[in-house]
Amino acid sequence: MLNIKNIYSFYINGFKNMTIGKTLWKLILIKLLVIFLFLNYFVHDKSLKSEYKTYEEKVDFVYKNLTKEN
Amino acid sequence: MEEHLVDWSRAQFALTAMYHWIFVPLTLGLGFIVAIMESIYVKTNDEFWKKTTKFWMGLFAINFAIGVATGIIMEFEFGTNWANYSWFVGDIFGAPLAVEGILAFFMESTFFAVMFFGWDKVSKGFHLLSTWLVAVGSNLSALWILVANGWMQYPVGMTFNPDTVRNEMNNFWDVLFSPVAVSKFLHTIASGYVLASLFVIGISSWYLLKKRDILFAKRSIIIGSTFGLITSLFLILSGDESAHQVALKQPMKLAAMEGLYEGTTDAGIVAMGILNPKKTISNDEEPFLLEVTAPYALSLLGYHDIHAFVPGIKDLVYGNVEQGIISTQEKMQKGKLAVQALENYKEAKKAKNEDQLLQSKAVLDENMKYFGYGHIKKVEDVVPPVAISFYSFHIMVALGSWFTLLFTMVLFFATKRDILKYPLLLKAALWSIPLGYIASEAGWVVAEVGRQPWAIQDLMPVGIAATKIATTNVMISFFIFATLFTVLLIAEVKIMTKQIGLGSESKEH
Repeated sequence: MLNIKNIYSFYINGFKNMTIGKTLWKLILIKLLVIFLFLNYFVHDKSLKSEYKTYEEKVDFVYKNLTKEN
Repeated sequence: MEEHLVDWSRAQFALTAMYHWIFVPLTLGLGFIVAIMESIYVKTNDEFWKKTTKFWMGLFAINFAIGVATGIIMEFEFGTNWANYSWFVGDIFGAPLAVEGILAFFMESTFFAVMFFGWDKVSKGFHLLSTWLVAVGSNLSALWILVANGWMQYPVGMTFNPDTVRNEMNNFWDVLFSPVAVSKFLHTIASGYVLASLFVIGISSWYLLKKRDILFAKRSIIIGSTFGLITSLFLILSGDESAHQVALKQPMKLAAMEGLYEGTTDAGIVAMGILNPKKTISNDEEPFLLEVTAPYALSLLGYHDIHAFVPGIKDLVYGNVEQGIISTQEKMQKGKLAVQALENYKEAKKAKNEDQLLQSKAVLDENMKYFGYGHIKKVEDVVPPVAISFYSFHIMVALGSWFTLLFTMVLFFATKRDILKYPLLLKAALWSIPLGYIASEAGWVVAEVGRQPWAIQDLMPVGIAATKIATTNVMISFFIFATLFTVLLIAEVKIMTKQIGLGSESKEH
């Protein structure tokens, strides 16, 4: 229990005492926000995963791309 | 597939990969330099080395943090823009990338934290171990990525399953120890070590030119140039092996790298040259406006035999019976048989026709290694962009040679003379930082542009790999990425320069 508490305070104190680290975390968060919220939902809203629900549908989609349409 | 869509998807991926590659090499090398410095601190117990370690560790962290998410963007793009490709390679990439993810996550979240937060909180020995493990961990992450990339350049250790339309791994060790993957890994990490060494000696030279933090800069220069000299020699050796593998597995890439149209024995390497822009595979123009050639060197580099035959672009496209090279036309016929067999297989499966199923499978298996050629429209399409491949390769080699010379000179003057009295050398070291990035990016361009039109060598051309989505979507995300990456790069440079400006005595880490 004491170990868990020590590890917890190790990380918390580490994050609290960061100087440049705070700016860097902000940059990372902005980047992830752009990728996962904006791009994923508004730009690339259609993907193999979202368009085809079953494994067979996905196989069929790729199979068609690799054969008939070429 | 719409040509613009493929071009935009390629442009977007190239943009992401090249920006990502600005951050990665420094992380690979600086981690070890920092670990070496900390080892000296632990051994000598001299506070000077602790300060020095902390300074370079701070720059390592800035670079690491800014670069950390660009790799995720590449994986995001696999899912959105390269659906056919992702599906086709899924099982091969799944294993190495999962190992990379788990390893990177655990090593970095644990030991990275100890490395930064653990000064004076954990024992010196454990702190040092953490620093070394972060350095090793980031290199191990690179290993799995490069294994995956090596497989794309030379697909081995798998069988194609027509039921799932996927390549399934049947031998993990073949994938991991593929000679292409091994040489790619070693050459790439060595390039990262060289770049990090250039970074350390360049920044230290700046301090010396400004006449500040002199002892810190002089000692850092000695570490940087020693590490740089050793690793640049290793870079040359691994480059030699890399070129040998390219000659064996991707001869078209080698021909493009050298602007070699007609194959020849006793082939010389172009030490310096200007390509004739009018030259194409179908005309008789001279390939070079100007060239300086080192005799026999290409045969030696490619095949470790000064008299070996090195096939040219024409041999590889039109075939060379004497040398046993089959033409692209023949490969296209085999590829079309494979594609047709896949189609027949699916139909036979639907119709539950066992005989046709077995027959189709047999034809598919026999011709599968040319599957990608079934999608090639004309034979000339298998030639990669020659000018980009040639110039990138020669820029990389020329700069690599310069770096070896620079490390030798810097190490000599830093240890045997007072390097402060040689401002020209210090300026050369400083300006070699951007040259290191140029060489490193050029290396990637050689590897990736040189294998065009293949997303997966011989199995899948890029035109088939791309997802059919609206071109506008790809264009929008291209410009978003371009803006985001540029802003991040500016941010990194600003944060880095601010930190460097504070000097080694700064408490802000």
